[in-house]
Amino acid sequence: MEIDPFIFRLSIFILSIFVGYYVVWSVTPSLHTPLMSVTNAISSVIIVGAIIAGLAGDTESVFNTSSIFGFLAISLAAINIFGGFLVTQRMLAMYKKKKKDK
Amino acid sequence: MISANLSAVFYLISGVLFILALRGLSSPETSRQGNFFGIMGMVIAISVTFLSIGNFSTGFIFVLIFLLIGGLVGAFIAYKIPMTAMPELVAGFHSLVGLAAVFVAISAFLNPSAFGLGFPGNIKLASLIEMSVGAAIGAITFSGSVIAFLKLQGIMSGSPITFKGQHALNALILISIVILIYLLCSTQSSNVFWILLAISFIVGFLLIIPIGGADMPVVISMLNSYSGWAAAGIGFTLENTALIITGALVGSSGAILSYIMCKGMNRSFFNVILGGFGATEQSSSSQNKEQRPVKNGNADDAAFLMKNASSVIIVPGYGMAVAQAQHALREMVDTLKKNGIKVSYAIHPVAGRMPGHMNVLLAEANVPYDEVFELEEINNDFANADVAFVIGANDVTNPVAKTDPQSPIYGMPVLDVEKCKSVLFVKRSLSPGYAGIDNELFYRENTLMLFADAKKMTEDITKNL
Repeated sequence: MEIDPFIFRLSIFILSIFVGYYVVWSVTPSLHTPLMSVTNAISSVIIVGAIIAGLAGDTESVFNTSSIFGFLAISLAAINIFGGFLVTQRMLAMYKKKKKDK
Repeated sequence: MISANLSAVFYLISGVLFILALRGLSSPETSRQGNFFGIMGMVIAISVTFLSIGNFSTGFIFVLIFLLIGGLVGAFIAYKIPMTAMPELVAGFHSLVGLAAVFVAISAFLNPSAFGLGFPGNIKLASLIEMSVGAAIGAITFSGSVIAFLKLQGIMSGSPITFKGQHALNALILISIVILIYLLCSTQSSNVFWILLAISFIVGFLLIIPIGGADMPVVISMLNSYSGWAAAGIGFTLENTALIITGALVGSSGAILSYIMCKGMNRSFFNVILGGFGATEQSSSSQNKEQRPVKNGNADDAAFLMKNASSVIIVPGYGMAVAQAQHALREMVDTLKKNGIKVSYAIHPVAGRMPGHMNVLLAEANVPYDEVFELEEINNDFANADVAFVIGANDVTNPVAKTDPQSPIYGMPVLDVEKCKSVLFVKRSLSPGYAGIDNELFYRENTLMLFADAKKMTEDITKNL
């Protein structure tokens, strides 16, 4: 009997939870705020689904109920992607070591 | 147009890059590189999606327009936002992820053939379950984050809102969500889908209103976790590896952060979720309130004490963020350091309104991160320090947590501030902290209370040094 592809996706999912578990425990507590903003940004990879939804309209009319929801989701996810990565970068740039010349 | 296999490989690569992005955060040196990996992963995921659809028609232009609009708004917010408002920003961002998940699910429900999931009224069972779970969690994330945002902004009162039968109602609604998902799968009716979404929005709202302001670190982490699970749910629907990996990463990340925050308060996760902590404790403490004498000092006294110290430990809390005192504090510390005094910072896990909140504020004020220590790292040093300078923190220093089993915060890990030779407490009034309990420390022999706005007081001390 052939294995349902769902099982493969489930395996990826479960293993990723474990990867996430160990990776996140190794994050230094002082960077927990950037961790939240960057996880925010990467979870907006949901934009992939939004793009498919947005382009799903038929050739004559770009906009139908389904694709409008897709377009709105693209904007929402894009706010998060740009906002999330940029604010993370802004924060990380502030973390500096003690100046050595002192 | 590229083949489905090739795009699956690219999605896997972007998933791995996201793992590396989180991995980079294990130290500040590698963190910037990590953020770059994250951006790369996102660029790959988006480009591959365009290539795999391969339809560069009018629709494509609109995709770019909407992408650009969102991108500009996001970039604008990222540059404008003050660091003290990070908790609000993150809560706001969570709500957007949740809403985006809901929108994608709606779109997939209305036009399943575009996603290869079947036809309206005849969607594959597995897809329908994944879609409805993703949409429900997304909706809960959205409305919950909106409430968290309003509470953090102060638009909504930070005090817990509780009413009779709240837990029963929540339980009832959660059960009805499960029933609705079952109904949706058996009938494929769009009405059931809309009711499911509406009810999920209500749950998010009801879940967050009973949780008080100082429990926000847990709430934000929890919503972070939810947004991940929502993304994973949609990932299963779209059969997209990048989304599944990311959803799992974010979901477990948020769960770990909630766990760390709960441990920092010595409370169980359920205790926080069920809420109403601050409201119940306040009434009992006000009954046995007695007027005890405190030693009241001014900036001059504080400056004198610190000038004669050889080591000072600073304990910042949410009050520092409210007063925007981090820059003034850094200037004070600079002056102390010029006088040869050793200064370090002690950060409690739940100081502030989100995990790591204080660290970011200190970093913003140019405090080097190797002078900032976590509770376990520095707690033994208080006994050898001359002065502890507590600015805007309260409950996290209360020795009652170690001595009085009757106290609501008993067992919570606290900073051993009282072991210092002298303690300076910058506070606006003698009012109890969030937990509603009096701080033992205020009445100690070696404590000097400095009643003033945190920023003004630190500036005055600097002048007197």
